[in-house]
Amino acid sequence: MNRETRVNLLLLVLLLAVPFVADALGQTFTVTLVTRIAILALAAVGLNIALGLGGLVSFGHAAFFGIGGYAAGILASHAMSGEPMLFGFEGSAQMPVIWIVAMLAAGLVSLAIGVISLRTSGVYFIMITLAFAQMVYYFAISWPAYGGEDGLSITLRNGFPGLNTMRPTEFFLVCFGVLAVALVLSALLSASRFGAALQAARQNEVRLASIGIAPMPIRLTAFVLSAMITAVAGALYADLNRFVSPSMLSWHMSGELIVLVILGGTGRLMGPVAGAALFVLLEFWLGGITERWQFFLGLILLVTVLFARGGVIGLFAGKERHG
Amino acid sequence: MTLALVIEQVLNGVQLGVMLFLMAAGLTLIFGVMGLINLAHGSLYMVGAFACASVAALTGSFWLGLVASLAAAAAAGALIEITVIRRLYQRDHLDQVLATFALILIFSEGTRWLFGSFPLYLDIPPLLQGAVGLPGGAQYPLYRLAIILAGALVAFGLYALISRTRLGMRIRAGESDREMIAALGVDIRTLYTLVFALGAALAGLAGAMVGALQSVQVGMGEPVLILAFVVIVIGGIGSIKGALIGALLVGSVDTLGRFLLPQLLALVVPPDQAGLIGGALASMLIYILMAIILAVKPRGLFPAQA
Repeated sequence: MNRETRVNLLLLVLLLAVPFVADALGQTFTVTLVTRIAILALAAVGLNIALGLGGLVSFGHAAFFGIGGYAAGILASHAMSGEPMLFGFEGSAQMPVIWIVAMLAAGLVSLAIGVISLRTSGVYFIMITLAFAQMVYYFAISWPAYGGEDGLSITLRNGFPGLNTMRPTEFFLVCFGVLAVALVLSALLSASRFGAALQAARQNEVRLASIGIAPMPIRLTAFVLSAMITAVAGALYADLNRFVSPSMLSWHMSGELIVLVILGGTGRLMGPVAGAALFVLLEFWLGGITERWQFFLGLILLVTVLFARGGVIGLFAGKERHG
Repeated sequence: MTLALVIEQVLNGVQLGVMLFLMAAGLTLIFGVMGLINLAHGSLYMVGAFACASVAALTGSFWLGLVASLAAAAAAGALIEITVIRRLYQRDHLDQVLATFALILIFSEGTRWLFGSFPLYLDIPPLLQGAVGLPGGAQYPLYRLAIILAGALVAFGLYALISRTRLGMRIRAGESDREMIAALGVDIRTLYTLVFALGAALAGLAGAMVGALQSVQVGMGEPVLILAFVVIVIGGIGSIKGALIGALLVGSVDTLGRFLLPQLLALVVPPDQAGLIGGALASMLIYILMAIILAVKPRGLFPAQA
C-alpha cells in the first residue's frame, strides 16, 4: 500500500466516521456540514474527470450541477401537486428516479455543449463553456414556470427506498454511498484503456492521433460522463438545502467547483474529497471569524495558486506516481 | 412599431456595443500580448465606476470623476500586474483562471468593505443632460450619444496607438515574439505592466460611463465581463478589430433580439406566450449566435496570427 492509498483511506474513514460521532454527541449541524462536503466532493469528482484526467478546463460545470438541482426540484414539485409534466410524464419524489432524470438531462445538454465547445481548445474552451453555462443561467432566470429568479422550494426531501432521508445521518449515508460509487468508477476509469487514452489526449494530442485513436470522441465521452456525475451531485445538493435557485447555475458555482479540484490536487483520485473538505471547513471557519470571509478566502486561494501547487493530496502524499 | 422606435433600439444596441468594446479591447489586448486570461477585468470596471461615483460625489464634478476612474483603474491594474499577474504569464490557463477568480473575491469583498453594500448613484453631467430629436419624432438621450462618440474616439485612438506609435510597435512586437524583443533591449516587464494598465484604464472608463446610467454596485462588472468574453470569442481572441466588430454585433443582436423577438413570436403564438418565450429566447440569443459562429469558424471571425 503506497502513501497516497493510505492518505486516501484515512480521508474516507474520517468522512464516514465524523457524522456518526457528531450525531451521537448531538451535533446535528456537523452532520449537515459533512453531508455538504460529500456532495460538493461528488460534484468535483465529476469535474475532475474532465479537468484532471482530460485537461478540459470546463468553466461551465455549474450548468450541469444546476440541471441536476432543477431535476430534483421540478420532479418533486410535480409529485407534490400531482400534475403531469410536459409530454404527460409523472413527477417523482424518489431519489433514484430523480438521479436518472438528472443524468439524462445533463447528459443531453453536455453532449450539445461538448460537440460545439470541443472543436476549440485552451482559453477558447474555458470561455465557451462559461458562456454556455450563462445561457442556461439566464434561461432559468427568465423562465417563470419553475420560480424564475426566486427559485423553487422542495417541501419534503425526496426519499430513498428503505431509508428515512429526513434524518441527517441517513441522508448523509445516501450521499456518501453515491460518492463512494463515483470514486470507484473514477478509479476504474483512470486505470482503463479509455482512461489511458483520455490522459494521452491531455498530454499529447498529436501522438494519440498518430497511433490511430481520435481524441474528439474520447474527450466528448469524458465531458458527458463528467457532467452526468456532477448532475447527480446537483440533485443531492438541492435535496440537502430543500431549495433550488438559479444561483446553483451561476458562474461563481463553476469557479468554486474548479477551486475544489485544484485545492485537493488536480487529477488525483481523492483530490476532490480533500478539496471539498478543506473548502467547506475554511468557509465555515472564516465565516465564524469575520463577515468579510470571502476576502480572506480569496487571499488564501491566491496564495495557494501562486505558491503551493499540487493541492492537499500533493502535500500529504507527495507527487503523483506514474506507472 | 415606428421608425423612431427602431432607430432608438439600434442606437441602444450600438451604445451597448461600444461599452462592450471598451471591455473587450483590454481583455483581447492582454491576451494577445501576454497570453493571459483575466477574469478580474470586470473588477477593474467596478473600480472605475466606484472611483468616478465617489470623486463626483466629493467634488461635484463628473469630469473629475472620469479622470479619477481612469487613474484608479490603471493604478489598480498596474498594482495587481506587479504583485500577482506577473507570476502567471508562464503558468497554464487553469492557474490564471483560478488566481484571477481569487482576485475577484478580494476586489468584490474589499469594495463592499470600503463602500458598504448599498449602491452609489452617479448623475449625468449637466452638459450632457437632455435629449436630441431623432428622425420620426422621437427623443434620444444626449448622454447615450456621447457614450457612442467617446467609444468611437477610443477605438480610433487605440488603432492609432497600436499601428502608428513606437509604443504600439513594441506591443505588436511583443505579441509576435517576446524573446526577440527582449533581446533587442526593450524592457518587456515594464511594457507588460503598461499594456495591463492600459487595458485596465479602458475597463475603468467603461465602468464610469455606465455608472451614470445604472447604479454603481459590487458585482456590476461580472455580467459585462461574460458578455465581453462572448465578444472576443466571436471576434477572435487577440484581435482588436475582431473585438470591435464582435462588440457591435453582440450589442445589436442582444438589444434588437429583446425588442423584436417577442413581437415576431406574437405573429404565430398568443401574445402572453410570445412575451414569455420571446424573453427567454432573447436572453439566450447571443450565446446561440456564438455557437453558430464557432461551429463555422472555431477561432472566431478574425483569428489573430499568433
